[in-house]
Amino acid sequence: MSRFLLNRLWQSIVLLVLVSIIGFFVLNLIPGGPMAQYALDPGMTQDDIDRLKAQMGLDRPLWQQYLDWAWRLLQGDWGKSFRDGVPVLDVIGRHLFATLLLMGTSTAISMALGTWVGILGATRRYSVFDYAATIGAMVALSIPTFWFGLVGIYLFSLKLGWLPAGNMYTIGDQSVLDYLHHLILPSLVLSLVHVASWSRFMRTATLDVINQDFVKTARAKGLRESRVLMKHVVGNALLPMITLAGMQLPTLLGGALVTETVFTWPGMGRLFLDSLGYSDYPVVMGLLMLSAILTIIGNLMADIVTAMVDPRIRLA
Amino acid sequence: MNDDPTTMNDDTTSLSRRNTMKWMTLTGGVGIVAPHLLGRPAHAQKRPEKPTGRIVVGLSQEPTVLNPLMLKIEVDDGVHFSVFDALFRVMPDGKVVPNLATEVPSQTNGGISADGLNWRIKLRDDVKWHDGKPFTAEDVKFTLELIVNPKFKAWRTAGHSLVRDITVVSPTEITWRMERPFSPYIAFLSETFMVPKHILGGEADPNAAPFNQSPIGTGAFRFVRRVAGDHIELAANPGYFGEGPFINQLIFKYIPDLTVLYTQFKSGDIDLVGRQYITPDNYAEAKKLPARVITLDLSPSIETIFLNQEKPQFKELAVRQALYAAIDKSAIIDALYYGLPKPTESFMPQQSAYYHKNLPKQSFNIQAANKLLDDAGWKRGADGIRAKDGVRLEFTNSTTAGNHLREQMQQFLQQTFAGIGVKMNISNLPAAVIWGEFWAKSQFDSVVVGIVFLIGNDPDVTNRFHSTAIVAQGGRGSNNSQFKNAEVDQLLERGTRSFDPAERQKIYARIQEIVREQLPFLPLFSEQSVRGYKQGIHGVVANGNTRTEAWQAATWYRA
Repeated sequence: MSRFLLNRLWQSIVLLVLVSIIGFFVLNLIPGGPMAQYALDPGMTQDDIDRLKAQMGLDRPLWQQYLDWAWRLLQGDWGKSFRDGVPVLDVIGRHLFATLLLMGTSTAISMALGTWVGILGATRRYSVFDYAATIGAMVALSIPTFWFGLVGIYLFSLKLGWLPAGNMYTIGDQSVLDYLHHLILPSLVLSLVHVASWSRFMRTATLDVINQDFVKTARAKGLRESRVLMKHVVGNALLPMITLAGMQLPTLLGGALVTETVFTWPGMGRLFLDSLGYSDYPVVMGLLMLSAILTIIGNLMADIVTAMVDPRIRLA
Repeated sequence: MNDDPTTMNDDTTSLSRRNTMKWMTLTGGVGIVAPHLLGRPAHAQKRPEKPTGRIVVGLSQEPTVLNPLMLKIEVDDGVHFSVFDALFRVMPDGKVVPNLATEVPSQTNGGISADGLNWRIKLRDDVKWHDGKPFTAEDVKFTLELIVNPKFKAWRTAGHSLVRDITVVSPTEITWRMERPFSPYIAFLSETFMVPKHILGGEADPNAAPFNQSPIGTGAFRFVRRVAGDHIELAANPGYFGEGPFINQLIFKYIPDLTVLYTQFKSGDIDLVGRQYITPDNYAEAKKLPARVITLDLSPSIETIFLNQEKPQFKELAVRQALYAAIDKSAIIDALYYGLPKPTESFMPQQSAYYHKNLPKQSFNIQAANKLLDDAGWKRGADGIRAKDGVRLEFTNSTTAGNHLREQMQQFLQQTFAGIGVKMNISNLPAAVIWGEFWAKSQFDSVVVGIVFLIGNDPDVTNRFHSTAIVAQGGRGSNNSQFKNAEVDQLLERGTRSFDPAERQKIYARIQEIVREQLPFLPLFSEQSVRGYKQGIHGVVANGNTRTEAWQAATWYRA
């Protein structure tokens, strides 16, 4: 186990260095840069723009900027946002709660619902339910989220007035009920797509298991069908899903770009979009590194959990 | 409910109120409301005794910069105007009025010496910072020195870099000397917000001061909190020295998408639509919304086609004139821009006191355009494209990719230009790319761009039209069309040295005439923004001389 972890650690470090180099250089090679947005400001002279570039350290050669950034990062300094001067980790921290709330809720909904729909679809293959679920999933996956979001807002906020037209809370209220009220529409819209994909995975995984010999053996032993299903079929079908769930971790914290924009949800997805738009290099790099680290951790956790629940696998 | 007399009464009063407000806002935009009347409308008696209620302003970009002197964008201004004060303030009609100062210095009142070099500013003695400390001349000195501190990430230093020997005469009086006479400095100072010395003075690194996250000003509202990515909350400052505030809470809410911004205005989540306002395609629907006041306000931004004067195609005046004559402005405005923009011939905003009303009017005339080119010797080739001395009348036009209205306009122009033997190719670039070196170093043939030419309300355009302001030729400035004209150079230099309004009026009128004649860019129209707020909100007046709708939120009230 420890050799396995050590190996993984080395691989991860190499991966992180590569990600950071590629990310940093690609980001800096995008023409324009942080000062382009001020080009049309009537009072900003070229002198002002050059002065600010030098103050931000953007006038140095790219490799020097990278080494400086990487050296600081190793010392725990993620840099400061160009936009508001706040340390990058604080910036991320301020957007984390919103994203965890939205993504946590919608992931919980979509995993529970997706698993159930998937199992039901597989056990009642080619039934009306299965066809409905299949078509429903195709529709949900092919229609863009922002459209669902806008239709939801139109219907439930503007026409019926049942739900708020976005935002995480009402300014001045901020009670738990108020948060929940605001959470319904965006989490459902987001879940719709995730239920669709999750149920397709689950259906396939169940079908892989359902006709295997050990399931037939279980039935032949005279076990009750519900026990066969829960213990033998679902238990085994869930194994590949653990890996998938592990890969959800970066998404969980990365936020949903589109849904957060449509519902004015102040989360990480929008932070990423805004930071890209402003060429806020320190924040974009911070988010990139964070998501790379989370991907590595998510995969590692999935491997460990799989090994724990599946006696056939040994980590060495 | 119609037979209920009280309801009917309510309806009629609110209707007339709405019309009054609409009228006020419209006229405010073109400057009929006298400055001392602003915020003191006919319904002044309905203002609450003490600050009451909340107004949520929706913005499509997030205000993030709370220190008003640091590098910032337009949406940050709303917070700065509400939390801070400057020495002066520019009113919608272009008049400069005192804010923290007691009078606007001039050569007549002795505030500025006859040679324009020595300035003396008198300050109010009744102003307190939000923490209770008095505001004094020391704060002004500190602010002006901080801006030019080489370590400080200041937004812009134009004008400030000319200030020397700042002397605090008394807590309410300050003097300084200018390196050279520079009349636009009054306008620059009206956008220079004063920051407290007793808080920032002791900071080793002013860029990292806690003040930058929780600012303390003298304004009508004090800073409460910023929820990153979501909103900024301000609260009434009951000890404000000026008029107001009449609302208890002012919120700047960030809504990252213009469709969603409008939707939340419809749903009632936001009370007032701020920058970038309502999109023109929603204007017709917005006008019909119940219980909402919708106004059209002239923006200082002028939509233009910049022609790079150093490209061989554009060197000859006849070509520029022919292209201008081949633009069907009214078709573009009506068919593409929902009839909202106002055609213009000048770079000067129409709300400016310096706007030249009698410049020659462009008229769409293909025959005249063809004749201009024929007379100048541009002959049509086999493919119908004109050429002269080996130069083909073919050029590329660029603008921000994804700006659909402009893209449609480009296609429209492409067709009409083909009718005069000119080939226009379209090549659009993402915002970060086009407004980088491509624009700054004049690497383009021609560009469709909306430009605010003035800083504050001062008519000075040295930065845009002086021959030393061409970056591509080693200059410092934003003369992106590489326009060179000896008379304009001279006039611009005289204009910044003169403090005499009548003389400056003549100077800038002449500059507008020359620029209109020489066409370094083709002026298309002034943009109008579609703004809106909930019925029952009063005192909202647009000010095209500022970049924000919240330039005087102190006088807003709900009734």
